[in-house]
Amino acid sequence: MSIILNNISKSYNKVKALDDISFEVKPGELFGLIGPDGAGKTTLFRILTTLLIQDGGKASVAGYDVQKQYKDIRNHVGYMPGRFSLYQDLTVEENLNFFATIFGTTIEENYDLIKDIYIQIEPFKARRAGKLSGGMKQKLALCCALIHKPKVLFLDEPTTGVDPVSRKEFWEMLKRLQQKDITILVSTPYMDEAELCDRIALITNGKILQINTPEAIIASFPKKIYKVRSSNTYQLIEDLRIYPDTHSAYPFGEYLHFTPKSEVFRSMDLTKYLEERHHKEIEVKETVATIEDTFMDLSKAHE
Amino acid sequence: MNRFIGFIKKEFYHILRDRRSLFILFGMPIVQVMLFGFAITNEINNVDIAILDHSKDVNTKEIINKIATSKYFSIKGFISHEDEIESTFKKGKIKAVLNFEKDFGKNLVTQKKATVQILTDATDPNTANTISNYVGSILQNYQQELNKGLNMPYQIVPKTRMVFNPELKSVYMFVPGVMTIILMLVSAMMTSISITKEKELGTMEILLVSPLNPIQVIVGKVVPYILLSIINAAVIILLSIFVFKMPVQGSLFLLGAESTLFIVNALSLGILISTISSTQQTAMMISLMGLMLPVILLSGFIFPISSMPLPLQLISNIIPAKWFIMILKGIMLKGVGLAYVWKETLILIGMTIFFIALSVKKYKIRLE
Repeated sequence: MSIILNNISKSYNKVKALDDISFEVKPGELFGLIGPDGAGKTTLFRILTTLLIQDGGKASVAGYDVQKQYKDIRNHVGYMPGRFSLYQDLTVEENLNFFATIFGTTIEENYDLIKDIYIQIEPFKARRAGKLSGGMKQKLALCCALIHKPKVLFLDEPTTGVDPVSRKEFWEMLKRLQQKDITILVSTPYMDEAELCDRIALITNGKILQINTPEAIIASFPKKIYKVRSSNTYQLIEDLRIYPDTHSAYPFGEYLHFTPKSEVFRSMDLTKYLEERHHKEIEVKETVATIEDTFMDLSKAHE
Repeated sequence: MNRFIGFIKKEFYHILRDRRSLFILFGMPIVQVMLFGFAITNEINNVDIAILDHSKDVNTKEIINKIATSKYFSIKGFISHEDEIESTFKKGKIKAVLNFEKDFGKNLVTQKKATVQILTDATDPNTANTISNYVGSILQNYQQELNKGLNMPYQIVPKTRMVFNPELKSVYMFVPGVMTIILMLVSAMMTSISITKEKELGTMEILLVSPLNPIQVIVGKVVPYILLSIINAAVIILLSIFVFKMPVQGSLFLLGAESTLFIVNALSLGILISTISSTQQTAMMISLMGLMLPVILLSGFIFPISSMPLPLQLISNIIPAKWFIMILKGIMLKGVGLAYVWKETLILIGMTIFFIALSVKKYKIRLE
C-alpha cells in the first residue's frame, strides 16, 4: 500500500480536526479527498507529509512511518500545499531549478515526467512566478512538486481559484501522471472533480462519511432524486422546504435537487402543489444522483 | 553540496531583487555613518559668544583677541550692561557671555588678581560644560604668558595629553559605535526577516518537506548575509579612514576577522529571533526593540558603562555589542593585537556558539 492510515486523530486545542480516520491508498491510485472547507483535509495532508504529528493512530507513506521515518518520507514525496507556495520573486525556470537542486536532481534528469506540463509554461520561463496567472501558477507548482520523481504526490486543493479550462487540463495531467506509477492523493472541494478519481473519500468535520469508487458512491444513493425548476427560484426553495413530503431540497446549478420522504411520491403531486402557489414554467424531472447529492445526503444523516 | 549552493543562489536572487532590502543593506550604513560622523558631534566649533567688557583695557583686549582667533568661538556681539545678558541668551544664538569686571587690567596689576565671569547657556549641559572648559584653558594660557619670566614661588602646571585621540575627535568614538549598530541591525534583522518571510509565504512548508536538513537551511540563509555584511563593514571602515581620517593603528586583518566574528554573532541572533517569531513584522519589531536599544544604550557607545548603576553594568555584559566596541576601539585607536583583546574575542565566540546551538535546537522540523 502506498498510503496507510490507521485511526488517525488530531485536535487543535479542543477542536477535533480529524476523528479516527482510517483508509488505504493503493500504489498508482488517484485517490480523492472530497469535502468542504474546514473538513480536515489540510490537516490530514500535513500529517501525511510529516509536517504535523497526529495525536493518535498510525500512518505510513510509501512504507515509511510518518512520525519515526519522516526523513525518508521527505525524500520520496511531492507536496503541493493549498496556498501557492513558490518563490514569487524567482522566475519560472529558477523556481524549477531550485527545487530540482534541493532534491539532488536536475530538470533534464526527470524532464519526461514534467514535459507535458512544462511545455505549457515554457514560453513564460523568464517570467517571475508572482506574475503568472492562477492556472500557470498551479502548473508550475505541480512541476516543482514532480521534479524529483516522487513515489507519492500530495496535492492539497490544487484547483481552488483556477479557471474551469485550466482545472480540466490539470485533471488530465493527473491522469497522465498516474500512468507513470505515481500514487496521487488529491483533495478538492469541487464535487464534479471527484468523479475523475479512482476512489474517493467523502470527509466532513474530521470524519469520513464513505470511501468507494465514484460510481459506487453514486449508485449507493438510496432515494429517487428530482430536478425541479420554476420561474421564481427563490420562492421555489421556500415552498419546497415547507412541502410536507420534502426530505431535502437544495440548489444545484440552474435547478433545485429534491428528494421526497415517501416511496410513493409522484412528480404530478409536486407540480400541482407548485401551481397552487403561483409558480410558472414548472419542470419536475427524475434525474441521476451525483457525488454532491450523496455528500449532502450523507452529511445530513451524519448530523 | 550542490543543494547547498542552489540554496545560496536562491537567497542571492531574493536579496538582489528586493530594492528595499538592498537599500537597507547598503544605503543605510552609508547614510548612518555620514550622519553620525558629520552631524552628531560632541565637539564645539564656532560657538557664538558675547562680551560684556566693563574695563576695556589692554588685558581684556588681549584676552578677547585670543578667544576670537580660536576656532572654537566666534564673537557675535558686545553688550554694555548686565541687564542685557538674559535677553541675549533668550534669543538663543549666543551660548556664552564673558563678563569682565570693572578695572580688570588695573586689578590685575595692583592686586595681582582680576575676575571674569563666564556665563553659559546650560539648556544643553554638555555644551555648556565644554565651553566653560575651553574658555578656562584660554584664560589659563594667557595667565601663563603674563607670568613668563617672573618667578612664582609655587606653581603646579597640569599638562594634559589626550592619548589615542589627541584632538578629541568625536568621530573616533562614533565610528566603532555606528559600525556595531549597523552590523548588528542589518545582520540580525535581515536574516530574521528572510527566514520568517519563508514561513509567512508558505515556502517553509515545502522546504520542510524536502531532504534539506535544518543546518543546511540555516547556514544557507546566513552565508549570503555574511558576505554582504563583510562588504558593509569594509565600506564603513573605508569611509572612516578616507572621509573622517580615522586611523587604524592595529592590523587590518585582525580588524576584519573580529568584524566577521561579530557579524556571525549578529546573524546567529537573527536566526534565534526567527525561530521565535512567525511573521516578518514580529521579527522586525524584536530586532529593532530587542537589539537596537540595548546596543545604543548599554554598549558603552554613547553612555560610559562605568557610570551606569550596577544592575545596568551587569546587564551590559550580556550585550555582544559592548565587547565588539571594546575590541574595535582597541584595534583601531590603540593599535593593540589579539593579545590584548583575546578575552573579549573569546566572549564573543562563546556567545555565538550559544546562539547557534539554541537556534538549531529551537528550529522546528515540523509546522508546530
